Amino acid sequence: MSNTERIELFTAKAEAVSAVVKRLPSMKEATDYVVDLCGAKEACQLLISGCGEPLSQKAEDLCEIKQDKVVAAPNLSQGHYDALAKACDKNGFVCKRDGLREHLAGIDIGFTLCQGAIAETGSVVLDSDSEETRLATMISEIHVAAVTVDSIEQDFYGVEKKLAELIAKTPSYTAFITGASRTADIERVLALGVHGPLELHVLLLDEV
Amino acid sequence: MQNVKNLGEYKEHVREALDNEFQRQAIDRFAQAYPVGRAKAFEGMDVEGLIAEIAAAKDDSIRRMGELYEQFKREAEKAGIHVHLAKNAGEANEIIASIAKKTGSKKIVKSKSMTAEETLLNHHLEGEGLEVTETDLGEWIIQMRHEGPSHMVMPAIHLSRDQVAGLFSQVTGKDQSNEIEKLVKVARRELRQRFVEADMGISGANFAIAETATIGLVTNEGNARLCTTLPRVHVALCGLDKLTPTLHDALRVLRALPRNATGQTLTSYTTWIHGPNEDNAAPGGKKEMHIVFLDNGRTALAEDPEFRQVLRCIRCGACANVCPVYRMVGGHEYGHIYIGAIGLILTYFFHGRDKAKHLVLNCINCQACKAVCAAGIDLPSLIKRVYARILDETGHDIDSTLLSMVMRNRKLFHGLLRSARFAQKPFGVKKGEKQKGNFIRHLPMMFAKQHAFRELPAVADKPFRDIFPKIQPKVENPRYTVAIFGGCAQDFLYPEQLEAMVHTFADRGVAVDFPLQQTCCGLPLMMMGERKAEKEVAEQNIHAIDPAKYDYIICSCPSCASHLKQYPEIFGGGDSDGLLADRFADKVIDISSFLNDVLEMSADDFEQGGPKATYHAPCHLCRGLNVHDAPREILAKGGYEYVPCKEEEVCCGFGGSYSVKFPEISQQILTNKLDNIEATGAEVLVTDCPGCVMQIRGGLAKRGSDVVVRHMSEVLAERRKK
Repeated sequence: MSNTERIELFTAKAEAVSAVVKRLPSMKEATDYVVDLCGAKEACQLLISGCGEPLSQKAEDLCEIKQDKVVAAPNLSQGHYDALAKACDKNGFVCKRDGLREHLAGIDIGFTLCQGAIAETGSVVLDSDSEETRLATMISEIHVAAVTVDSIEQDFYGVEKKLAELIAKTPSYTAFITGASRTADIERVLALGVHGPLELHVLLLDEV
Repeated sequence: MQNVKNLGEYKEHVREALDNEFQRQAIDRFAQAYPVGRAKAFEGMDVEGLIAEIAAAKDDSIRRMGELYEQFKREAEKAGIHVHLAKNAGEANEIIASIAKKTGSKKIVKSKSMTAEETLLNHHLEGEGLEVTETDLGEWIIQMRHEGPSHMVMPAIHLSRDQVAGLFSQVTGKDQSNEIEKLVKVARRELRQRFVEADMGISGANFAIAETATIGLVTNEGNARLCTTLPRVHVALCGLDKLTPTLHDALRVLRALPRNATGQTLTSYTTWIHGPNEDNAAPGGKKEMHIVFLDNGRTALAEDPEFRQVLRCIRCGACANVCPVYRMVGGHEYGHIYIGAIGLILTYFFHGRDKAKHLVLNCINCQACKAVCAAGIDLPSLIKRVYARILDETGHDIDSTLLSMVMRNRKLFHGLLRSARFAQKPFGVKKGEKQKGNFIRHLPMMFAKQHAFRELPAVADKPFRDIFPKIQPKVENPRYTVAIFGGCAQDFLYPEQLEAMVHTFADRGVAVDFPLQQTCCGLPLMMMGERKAEKEVAEQNIHAIDPAKYDYIICSCPSCASHLKQYPEIFGGGDSDGLLADRFADKVIDISSFLNDVLEMSADDFEQGGPKATYHAPCHLCRGLNVHDAPREILAKGGYEYVPCKEEEVCCGFGGSYSVKFPEISQQILTNKLDNIEATGAEVLVTDCPGCVMQIRGGLAKRGSDVVVRHMSEVLAERRKK
């Protein structure tokens, strides 16, 4: 399977599970994408998903923790993080790379750089050894996952070697992420964003 | 289901479940959508090859279970994971409770785990004063209702949005609307708060990779990732059967698991965890990680040559998705903890005979579960073997002992069948004008009420064995010499079907014989768990029809045919009878395949321009014998305009003695079938099995329908050019 075919297959499969897929040249454009997305999100509302519903007192209390729009990008290199933080600052968003336990009520965007992708299933492969990385991708309303096009493999067996390396570390925590968090537990009606993100955006980068 | 004391009580439960209109419709909708989604998810893949690979790899893991456990433990301890082995459910629960105590954990969040359901872990932990919250949405809902899951993958499929809204109103103390989107958001917020407070997270494990001591977790909601990230202690409870040597083995199963479960290519989150990971809430910044392996009979099962394949199960739940009985009664009456076909078997091994003995009767043997199983487990035959074991342990009941005694003696058996013609006299025989069949005018008392959904056939005036000598064609230099295996239903109820078959061959160069010493194929005995009698009738048949004398043994009852094909398994090879059974089974062929594929009959052989006909695929033909195309092709060549029927390969609800034991379920399955048949607008319903003829013809006659039910051999004989 050629590179182009892998990209096409990945895009089709990821979109089939309602992910948004964008092809971008580099991290610079990815950073702009994240900032634009955060700005446009729910017309600047601060409300985190579920906080608009009638909740028990305890759950309601958690909703009140959130005061600002928050972007978390725990696994970027220092240079890329600084660029993102600067852009966030300009727009009045808080940008974080650690201390996400203080934000368990939820953050707006978790932005991560992934180590691989699987075309056949439309999944990204993410080294999640760091707790901050796990939280950024789970407590966010939107997860934006960037991955380079040359790391897209055709199927599971294609990523097997890379995955074997990732899981051989002690300790280790690795995730295949395919679309947004979802459930069909009530009457088999699909609902996105049950515990994790309501949206997954995958940015296919030519280079980092 | 838990406390059912006898079959009567169980049937009462089943009746109540049948009355649950919402549940039935919900599962019914899924049952119709599932095959389409599954086929799409597997598109372009060699599914049979993948299933065979999974089966072989799992068999290897099962053989090496003890060794893999030792390897996992070694690697895990190197990484700082605490490994425990629990002999049974009680031990597993105590180990987990003691971990909670040692770590000072009071609040626990759980990610869905069937193994924890198996041990009834929540009851135990709550009894120890711990607060346990299920975080999978469906599991949380049923936890609050104090129920068990009704499906392995969709635990709350039996509940409506209104029931969930009512429940959430209670939990939050605020009125909730019944909009699903909103209910899911409420659960998100409520459960997020539970994650924040939890000290301990409990998960199951879909895979336990021995090579690297890595567990793999497969979820859609992402709750397993939160359960294994936020709390400072992580305990994974894992059956020994989840041990697998390498990552490659896990990835192979992962290719099939979500596709077969829900028709998804992959679930949203697949998580691979090895060792105590970073946890900023834990002292020292590292989580404490425990893995509790559960035996609970698995080691013994792994050493049981007859049943070890049960441990191949990857818990996809597909066997429930396609089961016509599950579709009618739902999970709580179709499994104790584990549901579906696999549940009927696992209940016996994990939860004991008392829980299994009634459940295990509720299998119609349609083989849909076997055809869909991702690990190639022969579920229907194992269910019958469990039944046979239960009978051997508790004693055979008088009915089945009597019947097996009768059936082992062909002369007595056939004598009784003949005299049934006189026994039915007081009830009278009426002619079903529309159906071209004879029915009993009044049902005998024992059948009267629950069986009134269909007319029952009258015994024929003359069995086929008396007719055959007069109609046996004389064939010079035959192309083929064949023997007919008649089967009891055709021999004594529908001899006209066999007669029609002989006429179809008449001038096609086929010499036909009907060896008179043949008897029942033995399928009803297998269904009743009478394995000894089953083997005895098989012996009579392989000696009655010498395979060396015939090119084919033609059987126009696919239930008999698929059972005859299983004779080699009954004898297990080896001695001379075993070899004879092999040769015998090799020669068995169904009527459609013989006419279409062997005789290669064509449109030229038949008058064209016949009526619209639809088809019902008998379970034992399409799945039992894997014959799909031949009947449809020969039907079209036979001059009929074939119109496909919705869910053509779904069971009609007959299942031999099943429809006598569970008439209400049989009736409901039949109702779906008849609705689908009538919706085609066809004049004739053709099928290859006398049992299906009995069920569908009886049901349509009761409805007064104009659709005529005919056996394949009859419709072809009628249009044959003379």
